[in-house]
Amino acid sequence: MAKIRITLNKEKRRLDVETNETLLEVLRDKLGMKSPKCGCDRGDCGSCAVLLSGKSVRSCLILAIECDGVEITTLEGISQDGMNKLQEAFIEFSSFQCGYCAPGVIISATELLKANPHPSLDEIKEALSGNLCRCTGYTPIFDAILAATKKEK
Amino acid sequence: MDYKYIGKSVPRIDGKEKVSGAAIFGDDIDFGANLLYAEIISSTKAHALIKSIDTSRAEKLEGVVKVFTGKDFPFKFGLYMKDRYVFAQDRVRFVGEQVAAVVARTPQIAKRAALLIEIEYEALPVVLDQMDALKDGAVLLHPDLADYPHVPWFFPKEKTNIAHWRKTRKGDLEKGFADADVILEETYEVPRYAHCAIETHVAIGKYDLSGRLTVWSSSQSPHTQRHLFAEALAPLGLTHKDVRVIAPHVGGGFGGKAGVTMEIIPAALATKLKGYAVKLRWTREQEFVNTYQRLGVVAKLKIGVKNDGTITALDHKIYWDAGAYVEYGANVVNAVGLSAIGPYRIPNVSIDSVCVYTNLPPGGAYRGFGYSEMLFGLESLITTVANKIGMDEIAFRRHNAILEGDTTAYGVKMNPNGLLEAIDKVKKAIDWDKKLVSKDPTKALGKGFSLFWKAPAMPPNASSSAFLKFNEDASINLIISGMDIGQGYQTVMAQIAAEILSVPPDKIRVETPDTDRNPYEWQTVASHITWSSGNAVKKAAIDAREQIFALVHRVFNLPIDELFLEDEAVKCNTDKSFNLPLRSFIVEGIATKDGTYKGGPINGRGMFMPEYSSAAGDPETSQGGHPNVHYTVGAGALILEIDKETGKMKVLKVAEAIDAGKAINPDLIKGQITGGLLQGLATVLYEDMRYDKHGRLLNPNFTDYKIPTSMDVPDEIIPIIVEVPQPDGPFGARGIGEHTMLPAAPMIANAVFDALGIRIRQMPITAEKVALAILDKGGKTDG
Repeated sequence: MAKIRITLNKEKRRLDVETNETLLEVLRDKLGMKSPKCGCDRGDCGSCAVLLSGKSVRSCLILAIECDGVEITTLEGISQDGMNKLQEAFIEFSSFQCGYCAPGVIISATELLKANPHPSLDEIKEALSGNLCRCTGYTPIFDAILAATKKEK
Repeated sequence: MDYKYIGKSVPRIDGKEKVSGAAIFGDDIDFGANLLYAEIISSTKAHALIKSIDTSRAEKLEGVVKVFTGKDFPFKFGLYMKDRYVFAQDRVRFVGEQVAAVVARTPQIAKRAALLIEIEYEALPVVLDQMDALKDGAVLLHPDLADYPHVPWFFPKEKTNIAHWRKTRKGDLEKGFADADVILEETYEVPRYAHCAIETHVAIGKYDLSGRLTVWSSSQSPHTQRHLFAEALAPLGLTHKDVRVIAPHVGGGFGGKAGVTMEIIPAALATKLKGYAVKLRWTREQEFVNTYQRLGVVAKLKIGVKNDGTITALDHKIYWDAGAYVEYGANVVNAVGLSAIGPYRIPNVSIDSVCVYTNLPPGGAYRGFGYSEMLFGLESLITTVANKIGMDEIAFRRHNAILEGDTTAYGVKMNPNGLLEAIDKVKKAIDWDKKLVSKDPTKALGKGFSLFWKAPAMPPNASSSAFLKFNEDASINLIISGMDIGQGYQTVMAQIAAEILSVPPDKIRVETPDTDRNPYEWQTVASHITWSSGNAVKKAAIDAREQIFALVHRVFNLPIDELFLEDEAVKCNTDKSFNLPLRSFIVEGIATKDGTYKGGPINGRGMFMPEYSSAAGDPETSQGGHPNVHYTVGAGALILEIDKETGKMKVLKVAEAIDAGKAINPDLIKGQITGGLLQGLATVLYEDMRYDKHGRLLNPNFTDYKIPTSMDVPDEIIPIIVEVPQPDGPFGARGIGEHTMLPAAPMIANAVFDALGIRIRQMPITAEKVALAILDKGGKTDG
């Protein structure tokens, strides 16, 4: 057991974690953040993506104990002040079907747009290549991200 | 017809929930401190007798609550055939079968304890191939097959490994082949596939102190699950009313979460642990090895055609590797055995669809329900035979296309359909007649075409029902039990109610079901839910509307026939000034002059059952019943680029047309086409379940079993909607979700042939296979 301090969705938190607990387990089971999903538990599917100091990471591959002092943003944090343009575009283009991968996909897209506000289609494909979606065929996700970048112009 | 909400791409009503992280899936529910975790001990043998199970070391571990084995639950279950136990009893039949369970305070303790359980097996001969399982002297997987309860339209052959044999016979096959100018015989093979929904199965059972069993389950089938739990656990004194299934949002199903697989385990475990909630979540590996898989297929086809392009006869023998238990999968075999003529008018037909037990995991429903596998062979052969007689393959398909009023293989008239329109629209979209030549000498280009059809495979009494409840502000709760597994069911049902009641869809709330509160729905499978549940919702809305008009008539004495609903108000044709907003009376009643109120809360109810459906066909011919309610048809075509050195393939452009009857929400249909096509293309190009000779799956994870990423999307996808109304569909609608996958395999196979002159008859058609075939051909790739 170890004590860590994190900033979760802009709120400072202190907690005890086991040395073998993943960030995903701690976020879901100890901190009540249910948006990161477990799809494979080995970094293949991207459903558990969260932002760690602005960079998207697969929370199933990171030990919570490594996160002492970092800033973590989950989809709950992004959604606190209502839907942003990206999320609105996801609704407009039905860029999800079952919705299980959506939190991870939106996290990856958020990271992309922050670094590159006007990405090309190829850049979008590249940025999302670690997020598996079995329902949509990805095209509606590309459409939403492209539309969101236009809205921001 | 001019509709206000039908035929409009209204936004999904589950959008905000799903893009904000608010949507609750099974694993997200908080059960508090009294939650226990189950860990399963799985068989390491494909076929063996269980000699002993030693649980003593596991039981001593601190934090372990209890260890269970088959002795604790000698209960059978199964949707169509009861051939499976909650836990293996005296023998195991596939690697991964559940043998025992540890229930512990934490998942970590449960995992550790599971490793301490020792099982002694006595190995039995293993049969991993359906053709081997059919041989004389093959080891019998189920010696007691004759005693297994099953639906009356299954025909198991005792003392064999044949769990069901669907025979369909029509016309005179010998005469049909005698009339043919060309006869072709070919064999096609399809391996097993995995659904790979991103959410793995999860279920939580809680048996409370009053003796009530509640199961929260990631399911496409809450009512069917309740029924199967109640049946299986009846020896414990449970009845249907004591069992409650709550289905939160489901993270993808594709048929894999239909019926009951692992959910029976926490349900059963909970009954022995009163007061606790018991959770079981499959890991990705368990998801691969112990849920349904798509059945493997060996199909032997023989087709006869005349030189003018008329098909005279088809003999289609399909042997299915259905796995160790066929309780759901046998119905895949049945469905295709009725429909293996494809969307063609064929006078002389023989179909044998044979469901064979093997020592691999149980096969079951997977998007397309066997039709993808059947169409791979048939549509490849159609192209081959058209080429053989020198006829354009699309003209050949048009010439033989099944039209309204033609008879199916089992003798029922074909429903209205837009097959010809679909063919023509796809042909145009893909620019079929334009010859393609690659500018890059290392690449070859090919075009592939395929038709498809599929009927919902359901028992004749599969039914839907709906409750509709008005709130004070004229908003509506639509209380139904279909699952939105991603297809947009909730939105489409809201649109149907909205149209009838003239209330905007965004004022209608549709929640995920709870079998205690939501009325009966058979299952969200078979691409029938828009049609079936849609009819029930429409009737519930009409029922509410009739109550509204009756009340308004009673209070204002206006003629019922002249009343109508518009913009959330009751209006009248004969009194244009009459305008009574729903919100003014829909719950609280209409105030009258003497201060009394008339009416009260309006609630609608509706139900639907296709009363013409019948499974009573003759077992030897399948003639005489009406097993399918209708078919949805369509066509697809694509342009494929192949690297002649590596075999690597890329779909440059793909068009797919589907006859939805009526597109209630066109954008959602286009979304199904895009998603289903990619899922289908992946099964042809790279997905592949590989088993070793001991029946162990070698690639149970996303590193080794490749599903498409964003990098694998075709450059251009053209979804096309055709609308020839289904007479008994809600506003004419038919289901389309599964069909979107169906043409993928033959389109690719036909395009490879077009590009290289190479006919590949075993899926998947991987780059490696194509490259080796090019080498075999000695580098001659111009066909």
